[in-house]
Amino acid sequence: MSAPATDRGLLPVTLRVERRLGTPRWLPLAATLAAIGAALVLSGLLLALIGADPFAVFAHILGASFGDLYVLSDTLVKATPLILTGLACSLAFRMRLWNIGAEGQLLMGAWGASAVVLLGIFPAGTPGIILIPAMVVGGMVAGALWGGIAGVLRARLNVNEIITTLMLNYVALSFLRFWVFGPWSEGGFQQTVQFPRDAWLGRLTELSWLIPDVAGMTVHGGFLLALVAAGIVWWVLSRTRTGYEIRLAGDNPQAARYAGIDLKRKIVLVFLASGALAGLAGASEVSGTVHRLQDSLALGYGFTGIVIAYLAKFHPLGVIVAAIGFGALILAGREIQPAGIPAMIQGIVLVCVIVADALTRYTLRVVRR
Amino acid sequence: MMEPMTETATPLAVEMRGIVKRFPGLVANDRVDLDVRRGEVHALLGENGAGKSTLMNILAGLYSADEGTVAVDGRPVRFRSPREAIAAGIGMVHQHFTLVPSLTVTENVLLGLAEPRIRLGLGARHAAVAAFAEERGLRVPADAPVWQLSVGEQQRVEILKMLWRGARILIMDEPTAVLGPAETEELFRSLRAMTAAGGSVVLISHKLGEVLSVADRITVLRRGAVTAAGIDAAGRTPAELARLMVGREVLERIEKAPATPGPVVLAVRGLAAQNDRGLPALRGIDLEVRAGEIVGIAGVAGNGQSELAEAITGLRAATGSITLDGREIANRPVLEIIEAGVAHIPEDRTGTGSAPGLSLADNLVMKRYRSAPVGGRIRFRRRAARGIAEALKADYAVSAPSIDTPARLLSGGNLQRLILARELTSGPRLIVAVQPTRGLDVGAIETVHRLLLDQRRAGAAIILISEELDELTGLADRILVMYEGRIAGDIEPELFGEIEEIGLLMTGSRGAAEGAA
Ligand SMILES: Nc1ncnc2c1ncn2[C@@H]1O[C@H](COP(=O)(O)OP(=O)(O)OP(=O)(O)O)[C@@H](O)[C@H]1O
Ligand SMILES: [Mg+2]
Repeated sequence: MSAPATDRGLLPVTLRVERRLGTPRWLPLAATLAAIGAALVLSGLLLALIGADPFAVFAHILGASFGDLYVLSDTLVKATPLILTGLACSLAFRMRLWNIGAEGQLLMGAWGASAVVLLGIFPAGTPGIILIPAMVVGGMVAGALWGGIAGVLRARLNVNEIITTLMLNYVALSFLRFWVFGPWSEGGFQQTVQFPRDAWLGRLTELSWLIPDVAGMTVHGGFLLALVAAGIVWWVLSRTRTGYEIRLAGDNPQAARYAGIDLKRKIVLVFLASGALAGLAGASEVSGTVHRLQDSLALGYGFTGIVIAYLAKFHPLGVIVAAIGFGALILAGREIQPAGIPAMIQGIVLVCVIVADALTRYTLRVVRR
Repeated sequence: MMEPMTETATPLAVEMRGIVKRFPGLVANDRVDLDVRRGEVHALLGENGAGKSTLMNILAGLYSADEGTVAVDGRPVRFRSPREAIAAGIGMVHQHFTLVPSLTVTENVLLGLAEPRIRLGLGARHAAVAAFAEERGLRVPADAPVWQLSVGEQQRVEILKMLWRGARILIMDEPTAVLGPAETEELFRSLRAMTAAGGSVVLISHKLGEVLSVADRITVLRRGAVTAAGIDAAGRTPAELARLMVGREVLERIEKAPATPGPVVLAVRGLAAQNDRGLPALRGIDLEVRAGEIVGIAGVAGNGQSELAEAITGLRAATGSITLDGREIANRPVLEIIEAGVAHIPEDRTGTGSAPGLSLADNLVMKRYRSAPVGGRIRFRRRAARGIAEALKADYAVSAPSIDTPARLLSGGNLQRLILARELTSGPRLIVAVQPTRGLDVGAIETVHRLLLDQRRAGAAIILISEELDELTGLADRILVMYEGRIAGDIEPELFGEIEEIGLLMTGSRGAAEGAA
């Protein structure tokens, strides 16, 4: 039937949902914030349903992750690898390359950084000022090469990168296990020996001789590296020729070709860079947090990176915020029973953000009858 | 056409009153009235960006008006979706087709309908669709997959889809932009058949000659407002309509200085290439273009013109030789060809010529971001890019709220201006222009022609691929006719008057040897 203006309701106006034609600048950010708010309300309702006091739970989460400087420091420790994997995903996703292999690239990065220490490349007693940069480079190179495999396959043979990066995650995990169970095993345990002190990224607590208050704080140099990486990715994307090419190719690959851009090279380059960022996350974890290589290293950071990239709308600076939020939830997960609650909240946040993103394409209008 | 004046009770097919539609930064429709009678072809004219598509999108339920009322067959309506519009008998055929290439014509026609529900029973359906089409003079192979159809046939399928759903008022947004003369004739015959049976057609077109040949009445928009409301088409001249659209005199005839051809810039020898389906599209092309010369390429769409343009610009692999100023460029990287001074105005503006999601500024520097002032060794200087974009936007009169507007929001004509602005400012050696005026209004066409002639005077070699014979004979210094991947004829200016001769060459009913003067 056609839709003649009928007289439903008493008001002289109706509300109507319709497709938006353009998106104002402020809208995506506002929508994300609103989505997070909605997610908290929904989570609160669910918590109330299982008989918990939602306000107490939220207060506890806040307290457990931002309550004082110590837990804040722990939150930042958790956020560090998430920032880097979030950046890795954002960079690739900007060019519509679906690298879901940050997990594997992170593991390879951890392996590469460990190899620098454990393969005896440097003599014992090499100072940190040489050892740590070498580990960082080792991790980034290993991650880059791992990402590069998928990049080359995609560029040369047009093999779907979603499949390859996903599968390479499992290969990376098996590879890592081989080393920690075999050649590098410490007396049969599935982990390597602890790295020498010189191979540890500096932690805040080490400054306690200067500022007594920071004693015991474990946030480490990796966090700074992650911030710097976010700044660099932002700069590359918005202020360099390469960044312009990535944006162009992401928006319309055919137009990029027409503009004279070598798409194959760009695909490989983006995969290398994306892998290097994830690899840096791995290096930062072994050198800054665990101080050894072990098979329980990744904890899904690579996959959470995908979620973070989406939350941040692929924006490098947004990644920092999203990663810290997720770091807080992960940390709170240790304190809250049942442990599924923070995972549930994460899930609800993600669903809300995706829904909000879809809704920004629509608008509500008041129509006079 | 006869108008049933006696039946004063007969309501108008469509009555739009005081329609206002605002977009951020502009009023696309400013209190527009439109009456469409039963049994008429009503032409809607106006410059690029005048608001024609917007108005029709409102009528077809895609947009909703900010103000104003719409009545169909005398009953007030307010559509919330195209589905509601079609239920009221209004169907729109957009310039970009919305068919599923892998499905057959019949499947496309039936797609999304409540009936048939589960079993398609295609055999019988083919027959039904074919008979339905036949009755309305729409020749289509009902059981062929859509990807095999020509553009004209696909358009017929779109019309068929609307008629099958019961459309009595058909909106056609620039249907003839993609058609050759013969296909246009055929389209008009079917539209006539439809109006003779009591249906109505709203036709948007920039080709004033054909508008006068088919329309009963005409409404003209300028900058969103009506400047002529439903005037009778009989007795009007194209110049008169152009004046109503643009608000000034438009030169109908292109004033062209005699050619002063210089040395050969582009030489193509034995060029062969395949199309996207892997079939031979070019079968040994030889041609030369000199500096300061426009060589027109005529032909019915699909005879290798697009592939020729792509091979020259490096977008398509080819065998044979292409030299630019004596240097071999066949199969070289696109970038090398761009830097050698080849500008390309591509056929597909949204698919190839622009990045719809990026801003005007980003789109305008697409070919010059590598060098100063925009490009440093690694830097992309946004301020410089924005400066260039502002200047180009002003010089080429690209109308858009700002240089930060995404390109996808530009009207068809403005997008073409953007592409021209980008391609022509670099001072190219060779310009490959494919259908450069498709979808442009008379004023804009004049601008494009002037720009191309300016480039010719500046010594550029120009290949102009067009389906508009008037455009070719007006601009070109020589016309090559392409047929099935070969050059079927080389026509010198003295013979430009013999349109029929060119037509014969285009349809392959005349060999190259006889065709040459
Ligand atoms: N979704 C949109 N958001 C913002 N502005 C828009 C949108 N759609 C169209 N416009 C603007 O509204 C104006 C009218 O556009 P419209 O597409 O109706 O023009 P048109 O008459 O069909 O032009 P053309 O002949 O070039 O197709 C243009 O300036 C265009 O840029
Ligand atoms: Mg239009």
